[in-house]
Amino acid sequence: MIQIDQLSKKYKDADQYSLSGLELNIDQGEIFGLLGPNGAGKTTLISILSGLIKPTTGSFKIDGLDYASHSKELKQLIGIVPQEYALYPSLTAFENLYYFGSMFGLQGPSFKTSIKEHLRILGLEKFAHKKIKAFSGGMKRRVNLIASILHQPKVLFLDEPTVGVDVQSKKVIIDYLKELNAHGTTIVYTSHHLNEAETLCTRVGIIDHGRLICLGTPKELIQNEQGAEHLEEVFLAQTGKALRDYA
Amino acid sequence: MHKLWVSAKKEFWLLSRDLGGLAVLFLMPLLLVITITLIQDNTFKTIQENKIPILLVDLDKGAVSDQVGNNLRESSLFEIISEENEERAQDLVQKGEYQLAIILPNNLTRDLHLKIDQNVSGILAKFGVEPEQEGEPVAIEKKEIRLYFDPATQQSFKSSVRNNIDKMISQIESKSIYSAFQEELGEDGNRPIFDTESFISFTEIVPNANKRAGIPNSTQHNIPAWTLFAIFFIILPLSINMVHEKNQGTFIRLRTQPIPYATVLGGKAFVFLVVSLIQFILMLLLGVYLFPLMGLPKLEVAGRIPLLMVVAFFAGLAAIGLGLLLGTIAKSQEQSAPFGATFVVILAAIGGVWVPVFAMPHFMQVLSKLSPMNWGLNAFYDVFLRNVGMGEILPEISALFLFFIATTALAILYNKRKNAL
Repeated sequence: MIQIDQLSKKYKDADQYSLSGLELNIDQGEIFGLLGPNGAGKTTLISILSGLIKPTTGSFKIDGLDYASHSKELKQLIGIVPQEYALYPSLTAFENLYYFGSMFGLQGPSFKTSIKEHLRILGLEKFAHKKIKAFSGGMKRRVNLIASILHQPKVLFLDEPTVGVDVQSKKVIIDYLKELNAHGTTIVYTSHHLNEAETLCTRVGIIDHGRLICLGTPKELIQNEQGAEHLEEVFLAQTGKALRDYA
Repeated sequence: MHKLWVSAKKEFWLLSRDLGGLAVLFLMPLLLVITITLIQDNTFKTIQENKIPILLVDLDKGAVSDQVGNNLRESSLFEIISEENEERAQDLVQKGEYQLAIILPNNLTRDLHLKIDQNVSGILAKFGVEPEQEGEPVAIEKKEIRLYFDPATQQSFKSSVRNNIDKMISQIESKSIYSAFQEELGEDGNRPIFDTESFISFTEIVPNANKRAGIPNSTQHNIPAWTLFAIFFIILPLSINMVHEKNQGTFIRLRTQPIPYATVLGGKAFVFLVVSLIQFILMLLLGVYLFPLMGLPKLEVAGRIPLLMVVAFFAGLAAIGLGLLLGTIAKSQEQSAPFGATFVVILAAIGGVWVPVFAMPHFMQVLSKLSPMNWGLNAFYDVFLRNVGMGEILPEISALFLFFIATTALAILYNKRKNAL
């Protein structure tokens, strides 16, 4: 589904590459976890795959299409759940979803029914006509997710979709992602929650300093790392314990 | 089309949720027009009702200085405070306690009469009415009336006072010359033989294409100028709205969606154009209905409304184009708000909103032709004051429309270049 070939990114004025010669294939129907410490290049990769930033070198294709020649088709094909809430605080949940869904060309009574249905599944039915600014972090995250999947994308990119949410919200989100995946949506997601990734992902890739340093199923990675019982131990063994503060 | 419609709907929702912002959008321009018109229309009345205290130092103590003092008192502009000492008067003006001190010099009356007598005798001698004086006439030193102005006094006030005093002195001189002639001719001074009233008078006539009567009043000057100013101020909320989208992350989401940037801008342009037209209609209603209740001249719009709406429509488009460009380029509210506000003031200044273009230096007159506010103002004046038709305002509204196209195209190109993949 996603073929990444020698992808590199160096930001203007940066000393180092944020991504360096990344090679990766993600198959259709996978839930692929992109793990790595702060500044490893996860968000950069998601941003490139979402068409938000341009790679310095290399190329990639999603479902056989690239942005250079099929930008519109690609945008229709993918869904992006950004790290920010990316919602209008003074609009209601329904209005936000109606607007962002319409920008994918959705319209008509079935579209409105779909919004209500998504809100119901994610436990927000009662709050459909409340303004986003009154929502808790977990509620905003759920609306943020719905805004990205109304058009039923083939590939869904999520950049830390469960950051800052309570356990209940996290469970609802994860369960829903599983359901989406069960219906054929390929999911690529970044997270710092390694336990979550371990149970959710079919495969994970650990990147550090812009390079892919580990790739496999969670089980394979744990088995290959001596003495490791969980993904977190693999992660620390591969990326080290040094703090990764950057500015 | 559906995406454009929903984009506009979203902008409407956003605006309608910000009641404070809406109030500012609609009420502040009204307040601006009321304030400016009240100030301009009532300036003269205010001066009459609240006389300006000025110092008069009479070192002459003669008939001429008495007449100057009386004329100043009768002008009803000034409250005359007599002061004996020139230095003290200068000091008080310097401290800002008085706007002006007038110093009438020593022997003004005596020397003026002497000079006039000399001149009149000389003329009459040339006509053989009097014998010619032998030898050179006695040299009489020129007299100087000194005016001390507060350094903070505006130039326009100084010029006005200087001209008034100059006119007053000229009239006194003329009357003195006539009196001197009368005396020299041996006529009874109580029965004037010369008519000293002004022979030439002025009538203000406004050339009018449609032969409509009436002289433009302050309302008809102020409403177009300040309405245009208010319409252009829409670039502030518009650009701030766009910067908010960038900061909220909603713009990032939009960039990942199959929607052209032109559609995003189109939705904003539509709603903000409606806002600027509502602003304009409120201004017209203000001028027509509220101004007369406030003692201000009524705005005459009969027969002009369709053309006025056309001008407002294109002026609004030009302002929105500028707002879209600013909102696209600005990264933060700290960039867009001060730049937008200052830029509108600059456009207004060079566009002739404050100082008429004809009164500007040549370079600024050339520059004013580049200000969309100048095109809009000319179009409004054409409709309000010159009663022209659609054909005459076509160049101005075309320029406003082209400005909208150019700024919007620039915004789209900038966005495309910045976010090219």
